[in-house]
Amino acid sequence: MKKEIIISGFGGQGGLAIGKNLVEAGMAEGLFVTWAPSYGPEMRGGTANCSVVLSDKPVGSPVFNHPTELIALNEPSLEKFEAGVLPGGVVFINSDVVTDKVSREDLKAIYVPCSKIAEEVGNPKVGNMVMLGAYVAQTKVLKPETIEHMIEEMFAGPKAKFIPLNIEAFRRGMACVE
Amino acid sequence: MEKELWKGNEAIAEAALRAGCDCYFGYPITPQSEVPEYMSAHMPKYGKVFVQAESELAAINMVYGAGGAGLRAMTSSSSPGISLQQEGITYLAGAEVPCVIVNCMRGGPGLGTIQPGQSDYYQCTRGGGNGDYRTLVLAPSNIQETVDCIQEAFDIADQYRNPVMVVMDGLIGQMMEPIEWKPYKKRELAPKDWAATGRYGREEHNIINSLYIDPELCDVHNKHLAEKYALIEKNEVRWECIDCDDAEVIITAYGTPARIALTALENLRAQGIKVGLFRPITLWPFPEKALHDLVGNDNVKVILDVELSSTGQMIDDIRLAVEGRKPIRYLGHAGGVMPTVEEICETAINALKEVK
Amino acid sequence: MAVVYEKTKGLTDVELHYCPGCNHGIIQKLVAEVLEEMGMLDTAIAVCPVGCSVFAYKYFSVDTLQAAHGRAPAVATGIKRCRPTQPVFTYQGDGDLASIGTGEIVHAAMRGEKFTTIFINNAIYGMTGGQMAPTTLIGQKTTTSQGGRTAEQAGMPIRMAEMLATLDGCVYAERVCVADIPNINKAKRAIKKAFEKQMNNEGFTFIEVLSTCPTNWGMTPIQAVQWMKDNMIPYYPLGVIKEKAMEV
Repeated sequence: MKKEIIISGFGGQGGLAIGKNLVEAGMAEGLFVTWAPSYGPEMRGGTANCSVVLSDKPVGSPVFNHPTELIALNEPSLEKFEAGVLPGGVVFINSDVVTDKVSREDLKAIYVPCSKIAEEVGNPKVGNMVMLGAYVAQTKVLKPETIEHMIEEMFAGPKAKFIPLNIEAFRRGMACVE
Repeated sequence: MEKELWKGNEAIAEAALRAGCDCYFGYPITPQSEVPEYMSAHMPKYGKVFVQAESELAAINMVYGAGGAGLRAMTSSSSPGISLQQEGITYLAGAEVPCVIVNCMRGGPGLGTIQPGQSDYYQCTRGGGNGDYRTLVLAPSNIQETVDCIQEAFDIADQYRNPVMVVMDGLIGQMMEPIEWKPYKKRELAPKDWAATGRYGREEHNIINSLYIDPELCDVHNKHLAEKYALIEKNEVRWECIDCDDAEVIITAYGTPARIALTALENLRAQGIKVGLFRPITLWPFPEKALHDLVGNDNVKVILDVELSSTGQMIDDIRLAVEGRKPIRYLGHAGGVMPTVEEICETAINALKEVK
Repeated sequence: MAVVYEKTKGLTDVELHYCPGCNHGIIQKLVAEVLEEMGMLDTAIAVCPVGCSVFAYKYFSVDTLQAAHGRAPAVATGIKRCRPTQPVFTYQGDGDLASIGTGEIVHAAMRGEKFTTIFINNAIYGMTGGQMAPTTLIGQKTTTSQGGRTAEQAGMPIRMAEMLATLDGCVYAERVCVADIPNINKAKRAIKKAFEKQMNNEGFTFIEVLSTCPTNWGMTPIQAVQWMKDNMIPYYPLGVIKEKAMEV
């Protein structure tokens, strides 16, 4: 098993954090993981992105041009990275921000209304957790319990009141995937 | 041992603290500013010294002062800042003051780019400063190896009374990976009875100096240094060979390109193409003999060198080791553009076709 | 027989290489005497520059580091921060401190580094053979200002003590000379005060010593002393430039 994931959006949209959550959960499950911030020409054009590898073998290259999955949080990200996704790959789209559709027919597209669900759950900041839920439900490389446990650890102590909110967001994201 | 997720630059700083680094002097520069940031937050807690210097030039001279006074001293910077430190590095080498210098390399020349690069190979291994000197250069290719290198770098520096550089391209500084804090077995080191610590009853005063105005004494001093460098070459050279035994193509690379090459190697092997990876871990001393012997194998048809450099720099050392016996191909990019797995595969396949 | 004078233990027995009439020997003796009198020969660490006093590491009997040109204040910062209870000083000339090393001295003073700098201002580059220094006076002939320094070409001479005194981290700046016995005594008192303030952790302390260079000025030692008094002191006035009261 080897997942090479590009997560891309505007700076501040939380794409880098989704990546970090993925590697933390992967690490907790004993996978080999890397997280690399955007590099080279990808720096241009108003997107902040990161490259994540989850693998059952030690990771060679932490960077790649052909992700197995793309998580696009804004339109420039979809424009820039769609062409590179491996045939048969999956594109996750924040459909509240991105109105374009995935144009390639050899890709599976999953449209996740992250912002809308986050607001329904009660906090616009938990959109990332919605997207994470969709990713976990679709790819099945990580156990949902691992993510929920990670959320509990992330918000341990005085921030504990945010735990139910984040878990709810994560589960709603999972539910976006049939 | 439990794994922890660390960002490269922060892991470097923490590794230095764990290695007993007494003092850190640095100046902000992308992509290594997390090192001074981490140090500023954590060193005072342990009663250790952090100074944000007014320039990299001042920082390396603070290192000279602290190292010369017997402390474990460190600085870190990125390529243009390392250029500025060359004056200090030649003084450190000449006066035999141990220290650790981390270079989180970016692209050049000049201001270049803040993106990862490897075009400081000459500067690090040949010495950008004046005079006949060498700095031992460790070039890790992942964060675990970086952390292990940093810890050992302080011991190597003290053992040989010589500056040690740890160089990695900026990507290793900026990326995150799980690491383990392995218990580190410290080398047995002689007391620093040479240091300018204050005399405290010592009969003679200690002098930290690189000036030998008498030509004969300067010659003697240089011979002494040369002998030391020969000893380092004998004892400290490191490299890694992956799948080299039956390889027809040997890819040479260090740092992140070595990781990309490793993925390329897996892909090529899956296609039945016999590829191996030769990865120098010390850039100086360069694993010249190991590569020389490897290339002598009949099965080796061609060498492909991959670097984050437009012209290639390590390729010079590869040519010296290969001694013209086998053809060498080059693949490199600068400016933070990474060679891709696909590119490496294609170049390797083409190189093999050409020579067969 | 009663001992009336003894060489300070702060200096070694190595013969000085300085030219006849040069003031370095006197100034180094004063520093060494102060260190001895304050009982600091076992703890002091000196930083020597590039310039005529490049060999001072042979003369001072304390542990010494020889620094790159101009970098002594950075080197001293590294030492003093790691060995905060020990006396540390730099001994620098005008090319070293006022030209190539202005960045280092200004920032060390700004940070209030707790070491002492002895700054030898003789208005010329000695070791390299008499070139213009930042402190060379207007009209003064050197090998790189052969018609005499002009303000148009080289700007006005720099007054380092006054400049550093503007920085809050500098707690004490005094300019002295060693042209005669009263001035030598004053100079020694100033040097001692600087070390006392250093050991009190007050901040950065700076003593500028006006000095002669008969060889490169093309004068006899006696002419040089007179020239220094007539020309340098009017532009570089002697006395305490700054003394910050110790905060209680």
